[in-house]
Amino acid sequence: MSAIAARARVGRARIGELTLARGLLLALVAAAALFVASELLSSFADLELAEGLYFFCVLAGLTVLTGLSGQISLGHGALMAVGAYGAALLIGEQHWALVPALAAATAITAVVGLLLGAAATRLRGPYLAGATLAFAVGLPALADKYSSTFGGENGLVVNPPNPPSGLGSSLPLERWEAWIAGAGAVIVLFTLHNLVRSGYGRAMRAVRDDEIAASLCGLRVARVQTLAFVVSAACAGLAGGLLTVVLQLASPGAFQLSLSLSLLTAIVLGGLGSLVGAAWGAAVLVLLPSWTRDIANSFSLSTKVSSNMPLAIYGLVLVVAMLAWPSGIQGGVRAGGARLRALVRSRRGG
Amino acid sequence: MTRFIDLTLNGISTGTVYAAVALALVLIWRSTRIVNFAQGGMLMFTTFIASAVINSGASYWVGFVVALLSGLVLGALVERLLIRRVAGAPPLNAVIVTLGLLILLEAVAGMIWGNTPRSFPPAFSIRGYDVGGTRVLFAPNDTFIVLVVIGVAALLGALFRGTALGLRMRASAFAPEVARLLGVRVGRMLTVGWALAALVGSLAGVLVAPSVFVGPNQFDPILVFGFTAAVLGGLDSPYGAAVGGVILGLALSYVSGYEGASLVTLAALVILLAVLMVRPGGLFSTTRERRV
Amino acid sequence: MSATGEQAQTGVLEVDGLCTDYGPVRAVADVTLSVEPGRVTAVLGANGAGKTTLLRTISCLVPAREGRVRLGERELLGSAVEDVVRRGVAHVPEGRGVIGELTTEENLRLGGLWRGAPAEDLDEVYELLPALRERRRQPASSLSGGERQMLSIGRALVARPSVLLLDEPSLGLAPLISARIMELVRRLANERQLAVLLVEQNARSALAIADRGVVLNLGRVVADADASELADDEDMRQAYLGF
Repeated sequence: MSAIAARARVGRARIGELTLARGLLLALVAAAALFVASELLSSFADLELAEGLYFFCVLAGLTVLTGLSGQISLGHGALMAVGAYGAALLIGEQHWALVPALAAATAITAVVGLLLGAAATRLRGPYLAGATLAFAVGLPALADKYSSTFGGENGLVVNPPNPPSGLGSSLPLERWEAWIAGAGAVIVLFTLHNLVRSGYGRAMRAVRDDEIAASLCGLRVARVQTLAFVVSAACAGLAGGLLTVVLQLASPGAFQLSLSLSLLTAIVLGGLGSLVGAAWGAAVLVLLPSWTRDIANSFSLSTKVSSNMPLAIYGLVLVVAMLAWPSGIQGGVRAGGARLRALVRSRRGG
Repeated sequence: MTRFIDLTLNGISTGTVYAAVALALVLIWRSTRIVNFAQGGMLMFTTFIASAVINSGASYWVGFVVALLSGLVLGALVERLLIRRVAGAPPLNAVIVTLGLLILLEAVAGMIWGNTPRSFPPAFSIRGYDVGGTRVLFAPNDTFIVLVVIGVAALLGALFRGTALGLRMRASAFAPEVARLLGVRVGRMLTVGWALAALVGSLAGVLVAPSVFVGPNQFDPILVFGFTAAVLGGLDSPYGAAVGGVILGLALSYVSGYEGASLVTLAALVILLAVLMVRPGGLFSTTRERRV
Repeated sequence: MSATGEQAQTGVLEVDGLCTDYGPVRAVADVTLSVEPGRVTAVLGANGAGKTTLLRTISCLVPAREGRVRLGERELLGSAVEDVVRRGVAHVPEGRGVIGELTTEENLRLGGLWRGAPAEDLDEVYELLPALRERRRQPASSLSGGERQMLSIGRALVARPSVLLLDEPSLGLAPLISARIMELVRRLANERQLAVLLVEQNARSALAIADRGVVLNLGRVVADADASELADDEDMRQAYLGF
């Protein structure tokens, strides 16, 4: 009995090591790819890359929360605001170094996530959506209430991060920012990749699929759900901190409800629960606004139209995706492909 | 003391508006088990339409009626074109569809009318009544708000309680399958329900517009307040929605008056969470515990 | 709404080769039976035998895979659920289908709304079932199990059907009450020339009032005989009827 148990434990440990090793490999590959990309890209594109990378951080956390643990959050834009303002205060006012400031911003947001998550475990579906909606709408107003601390409507401005002198004076700022954001994204990727494949990941899926069965199996449903919320809040906090570093600004206008809804769109687009999908979603969030701006310019549409075009597309995507492909766009592409193939086959047959 | 009275009066006026939004949400929750997050966008859109009508030179009352009618049409369209298609899907899908519609409406409104909030006229004077030489924070327009919401709620009550259509609608909401077996066209009843709910929402939009201004995002807090009020009263109960709206209006009026207007939405969040923790079925529920 | 838009049919209810699938499971397999006006056919069998699915298929709540259901000259399958009652079939569903949030009287009125039934039609039900009259203003959720069953049958009668589908009317009722419900069913068949398809697990009391008995097992008809004949068949009783 004990021998079997011991062997099982060894086996489990080996699987654990394997996952860890694979996660590490994935992280290294991602880091290398990002490095090469940042070297090849123009400085404007490096800035877009940096934006995409912090979006990846928050989207990866959100997609794990919604896809894996089955909880919906409309508050992740506001959680990003917590991280962004945290980093802005620590860097701008307290003159902290970059890494500890980002770590602290992540931790602060995780604590806020713990509070929100503890409440969230008792809420389901529309109730959770409504509560996080209230959070998303309500939080930005704090910047106005405590304007001496948070800078009111104008927000807080921080100095751009200085690249270490060892890297040479020719390193463009945008590339350095992309590297910082890339480091954050790789950490998030590594952590979530392992989390998803760990016992906690399995527990989250079990809780999502059937809470009662999961609790009968001895899983602590509330704890698993709170953990998921804390992890994804931490990711949002890091994303917010990175946003402050990349844009050198934390202002309430950047964290309106529409940001939270855009995040939701991005994970629905990528397919809920998929880290690869989070990367696609991040690309959409960065590229869509500039594309629509270009299109609007070439058709000489007014700024009223062009500035609202991305949101209109997000809304349309959410509605259409849910009506046409309830499992997300990835599933939809697969289903669409199958239908196309069937059509071709039937044409040929007929 | 006069400040407290002022805040109370103001709370009653805003509370009736929240009650109307809550009522719009409750009517839909009862019949389709969907929280219509798009309601904030829908009432924003119809208020913009009213604003456009009034700005084109028509009287306030023409704009008022146009807002209500466009709400009726918008509600029916949303049910027919979108909601009907997610009826059998997991609840998360319906939530996402209504959220998608919310940003879509906000974006389209921004495209048509721009993102800068614009003013909206009140129906009647907003100069407070003169009571014994002091001016109180309650104006003829507030009287109008309270009366028109009560009037519409009473009409709805009469419709639901006193007519065959209302009986069909209630049956469809409570037991759709049984209703169909009894020959009730349940789909049609859902469309009518969404249309009526959206009408009530549009009413709230026009009533609150003078104080929040009209803009694509101006009504987001109103949606939060309506949802909070609805949960406060128990999402299932129209009476609860009415009482919940007034209670929330009073609470938020005190918070706003004593602590500052920018804390109001977070205060609503605290109230919402407190209610959901302590009495998930709402303040007036008779069932003891319900999973939410 | 016009009451005459849809002419209610009368005549024999004929189920012919009916098959219904629930996913991969064939819940109703090639069922054939008929009920004439004024007669009661009891459909018997264990839990999961397909009895409820049979009724739900007849009233178009679930789609049939194969087969036909005719009432007189008219095919019933393929119509909308809302139209089934307009064609003369009233279905009293499993669990009685009383809407607890409505009052007794509202429940009754609901039964006749589709044809614009006048108030006198309710009086007729009240005369038949006086217990309901006393509780007409109370919410139906406050009624006892027996009263609820009477209400759901009374509500079906307001629709003036020619076929009555009853799903386990005796479930959860005390034996005495259950017997009274069964008597009522028999009387309705006799006096109103209703064709009654009665699904029951309580085979003994159902066969006591039925003209014919059909036994289902795993969706198939394993016996179709006169009720008295079935009730006397020792093997049948042991194997399927449990009494």
